[in-house]
Amino acid sequence: MIQSPDQTGPRTLAQKIWDEHVVVPVNEESELLAIDRLLLHERTGGVALKSLREKGRDVMAPSMVFATMDHIVDTFPNRTDDTLMPTGKAFLQTLRDEAVRSGITLFDLDDPRQGIVHVVSPEQGIVMPGATLVCPDSHTCTQGAFGALAWGIGSTEAEHVLATATLRVKRPQNMRITIDGTLSNGVTAKDIALYIIRKLGAAGAKGHIIEFSGDTVRALDMEARMTLCNMATELSAFTAIIAPDHKVLTYLKGRPFAPDGALWEQASAYWLTLKSDDDAVFDASYQLQASEINPMVSWGNSPQHAIAIGEKVPEFETLDLGDGRATYDRALEYMGLEATSDLGQLPIDGAFIGSCTNSRISDLRRAAAILKGRTVAPGVRAICVPGSTQVKLEAEAEGLDKVFRDAGFEWRESGCSMCFFAGGESFGPGERVISSTNRNFESRQGFKTRTHIASPETVAASAIAGRIVSSVGLENGA
Amino acid sequence: MKPLIRISSRAVPLMRENIDTDAIIPSREMRSVSKSGLADGLFAGWRYLDQKSREPDPDFVLNQRRYSGAKILVSGNNFGCGSSREHAVWALAEYGFRAIIAPSFAPIFRGNCIQNGIAPVVLDAEDVRDLAIQAEAGREFALDMNLMTVTVGGRVYAFSIEDEARTMLMEALDLIELTRKSIRVIEAFRAEQKRRRPWLYV
Repeated sequence: MIQSPDQTGPRTLAQKIWDEHVVVPVNEESELLAIDRLLLHERTGGVALKSLREKGRDVMAPSMVFATMDHIVDTFPNRTDDTLMPTGKAFLQTLRDEAVRSGITLFDLDDPRQGIVHVVSPEQGIVMPGATLVCPDSHTCTQGAFGALAWGIGSTEAEHVLATATLRVKRPQNMRITIDGTLSNGVTAKDIALYIIRKLGAAGAKGHIIEFSGDTVRALDMEARMTLCNMATELSAFTAIIAPDHKVLTYLKGRPFAPDGALWEQASAYWLTLKSDDDAVFDASYQLQASEINPMVSWGNSPQHAIAIGEKVPEFETLDLGDGRATYDRALEYMGLEATSDLGQLPIDGAFIGSCTNSRISDLRRAAAILKGRTVAPGVRAICVPGSTQVKLEAEAEGLDKVFRDAGFEWRESGCSMCFFAGGESFGPGERVISSTNRNFESRQGFKTRTHIASPETVAASAIAGRIVSSVGLENGA
Repeated sequence: MKPLIRISSRAVPLMRENIDTDAIIPSREMRSVSKSGLADGLFAGWRYLDQKSREPDPDFVLNQRRYSGAKILVSGNNFGCGSSREHAVWALAEYGFRAIIAPSFAPIFRGNCIQNGIAPVVLDAEDVRDLAIQAEAGREFALDMNLMTVTVGGRVYAFSIEDEARTMLMEALDLIELTRKSIRVIEAFRAEQKRRRPWLYV
């Protein structure tokens, strides 16, 4: 039976938003849920819109659908529709054509609102507390930072939303992760995320909605909350959510698609009521202390393969992640490591700051503070790709682009870029790259490229040192 | 999409944990704005020694002749994690897979399987290990969606899957058509929501 709809009993924040959106139960397991916002991008958006049209179906509510160019688009200066991947152009042009036909809003290549979908949606005030928002992208959980129920779907599900403004979904379980205390110097939301994934494992929140709570989480600014929620998919979670507070309101007020005037007053008063009841029941709960967490870096091919910087690569026997020996050995071989290797001793070939995880203005400011007056180590190819055109323009107005360039970083146009080389650009085989992205999968950033994921601070510090080091380590001459 | 009721075939053992969708279909293999033309790129990074010449790696299971034509894949925990790209499922389906047996699946990938006629069969880790050994031995697997069983060499492994997913697979249903039957209810819901939460409609 469907759990809960006893709407008088104690409920979690996610259950409340869910209950608000149930159009009708479809059977004993699934419900038809109203979807308030659908976001699309050129890799899957064009094919979903085209497929729908070819079946003779219309978009039910075009005003709730927003699309951007981020996944495949080139990020070199003076870009055009061309991409390094010979057939990439067709993805851009198909989305453009289909967007016009269907009447949805598109942030095209030359639009100042263009950028990575999970950066531009908050920037434009498209996401809002209490809303249901979906996108054919696994990192849609990022937007749970606003107290929205936001999750990643497949392309066929996106077609379903386009055609019906609903999805048929099974109610997920609920997990609460509470983090209390003050973070140590140099420890960021990215480090919290990697710490949790290491602790719980890459399937540790399988199918759950994670509510992040506790005073450490409340103390994070909106961009840091987005980074934390962003990584929930690396735990195989359904999504993540944080109860909305005044920081959410301050962030959203005045954004182009956010309500204004009397509607803002009405909406914001409602948003502040959205939270889990004190006695709400979670299917799983974890409590962490911020002081346990240090700057983190990944060593293997799954985000669960993470360690504190300075720790040695763990021996198989000390891991409790359910991986077989073969998977562990394979990860070490792929990464060119051995058990007890010291990552800090290995030269790096590349440094990348970008992606929906860590490419917002605060990420760039913190990285630039480390880079200022310093130079990238010889032999390191360093690249910064702002998360949106807005972020890029803001950074340039503050002179951050000059700091990055002077240090030896390439300064790019916004997009997903080398997080997964969808546009055809990649690092080389065997190259060791420190990256502010979310996935250290085999060949994700380039065929046989060895990716280590970390915070933008760690990427900046490592680019300078030419080996993996935290920002604190760089300052202390470690 | 063809209904999936009963299939029997050999199974391919690919016993690694956390196989991600970048491994199933690398970004560089998604070349056209289409749901097809993807089978060749399936597991490309593992399947080919050279990515350009496409010289098969004889050590990789999919390249071993005894598994040719297999419709069932046996794999490790958290199969299909990572990117939501439905291309991963389209590639598996186009290659000929109709079922994947694993201890667990990443949620978006699992949903994509059901939308595309591939049964995500969850069995506990010990049973999956056992089945991988049977697959290795070249035994014939029989999957019955009616009974919700996998039978190999006389041993029956029972699994469960929610009714809606099972019906979708067995009847190859088009969910959009089904939901469109409720379009009046949806419209009424939206009218009421617009009254109560008007800011969602700005």
